[in-house]
Amino acid sequence: MGNALIAEEAMPEMRFRNLTLGYERHPAVHHLDGAVKNGALIAIVGPNGAGKSTLFKGIVGMLKPLAGSIEHDGIDVRDIAYLPQIPDIDRSFPISVYDMVAMGLWRARGLFGGIGGNDYHAIEAAIAGVGLTGFEGRTIGTLSGGQMQRMLFARLLVQDARVIVLDEPFAAIDAKTSTDLVELVRRWHGEGRTVLAALHDIDLVKAVFPETLLLAREPVAWGPTHEVLTSDNLSKARRMCEAFDESAVACAVAAE
Amino acid sequence: MLFDTFITPFSDFEFMRRALVGMLALAVGAPPIGVFLMLRRMSLIGDAMAHAILPGAAIGFLLAGLSLFAMAGGGLIAGFLIAIGAGLISRSTSLKEDASLAAFFLISLALGVTIVSLKGSNIDLMHFLFGSVLAIDNAALLLVLGIASVSLIVLALIWRPLVLDCVDPGFLRSVSRAGGPAHAAFLGLVVLNLVGGFQALGTLLAVGIMMLPAITSRFWARDVTGMMAVAVASAAISGYAGLLLSYHANLPSGPAIILAAGFIYALSVAFGPFGGLIWLALPRRHLEA
Repeated sequence: MGNALIAEEAMPEMRFRNLTLGYERHPAVHHLDGAVKNGALIAIVGPNGAGKSTLFKGIVGMLKPLAGSIEHDGIDVRDIAYLPQIPDIDRSFPISVYDMVAMGLWRARGLFGGIGGNDYHAIEAAIAGVGLTGFEGRTIGTLSGGQMQRMLFARLLVQDARVIVLDEPFAAIDAKTSTDLVELVRRWHGEGRTVLAALHDIDLVKAVFPETLLLAREPVAWGPTHEVLTSDNLSKARRMCEAFDESAVACAVAAE
Repeated sequence: MLFDTFITPFSDFEFMRRALVGMLALAVGAPPIGVFLMLRRMSLIGDAMAHAILPGAAIGFLLAGLSLFAMAGGGLIAGFLIAIGAGLISRSTSLKEDASLAAFFLISLALGVTIVSLKGSNIDLMHFLFGSVLAIDNAALLLVLGIASVSLIVLALIWRPLVLDCVDPGFLRSVSRAGGPAHAAFLGLVVLNLVGGFQALGTLLAVGIMMLPAITSRFWARDVTGMMAVAVASAAISGYAGLLLSYHANLPSGPAIILAAGFIYALSVAFGPFGGLIWLALPRRHLEA
């Protein structure tokens, strides 16, 4: 019985061990410890510059840790679906919404794999799921900001990933669009996928996300949302987030 | 009369037929590469690479005289070296890739002209810079045809990562490692096609048959596949029309071909259905929705 408990604890979706991520030796995420449980729906909250995007880049393997590690449970980082805060999409490129959504099949189909009957169905269902039916043939340059975000969510749907990482997915998007997209996040949670999202809208976090990590370069609190998002914790987070100190000395916390 | 103007030059003279076949092969291989260069905002990179080939071909010429394989081989090696060198310099210094390529191509041009002048005459130099499409022999024809075939096959293989690397490089990196190798293979194709065009059009004009039809295609098609088709068609027409022009008006053939491509480009800027100037000048009422 004890063994089973240990086994369960030893198999979270991913685990951060004394994780420090940053740029040019300056930490942007400092000494983060903790585990993301399989199927968790976690909001990452914190002021600008708190290290939310940096943490996500670390999770998807685009940034090597300065110290510590991120352990994934038997999943290749390329199988994590990642929506960056500002995707560097060339909107002048002549590609249709349909083709862009179809790119979500990359992991399944690779460089040369054909796209077959079921795939067409999945792509059309995803486009319908985000309310873009009728836009399939439009080039991406003709989409509005909200439609663009819907299209990127459709691509996430097609990716069909076990772990989904969303960096401020509802910034600069109207209420209707964000309501629709939040509904997709809930659906993913219901399907047992692990979802991490960086967010600024505290009310939304309280309404939708059961678990929250409050980050201010160092973790301020991590746990059930209502215990984490207290006014004490939030003001503490604001105080902790000051600028890079160019003359900072090497961190004194012992590396393990 | 019509027959005399449009067919007889080719039915009567073998060198015209060879030139036409060579130009058609170039027209199939190079413009699709140009379309991707344009879409990746690398239109001037082709120019830089074309110059980079010159000193290599010149060294081949210095060592082996006017031997096709020495010059093509030298050009290939120089092109690859410059592509790799510019990439390395831009990665390890704060120079952007286009800046380091600009530096490389100016040096290469000066170096290439110097090397050719060491051994050859001014006529040789003209061949190097502007090509001699009417002097294409069997070996050169095979080289151009081979390059066009390889180019199409490789392009088909790297099509998906290449497109995705243009639209959303971040997403490509997040799902696949293919982006880097695809980019390298693509630069290889640029060099290969410029070497193919070198014999016919010279280092200065080879890039013309790659870029002018590609830029033209933007005015006629909305998706990548359509742009490729338009680019290939307009390059083929330029080749044919340019050869005719050079035959009847007794003009140098390489420049005549590029001028024909330039003429099609000018027509497209004016009348092309996507973004042509005439549609701006004709006020049309906006649509209902």
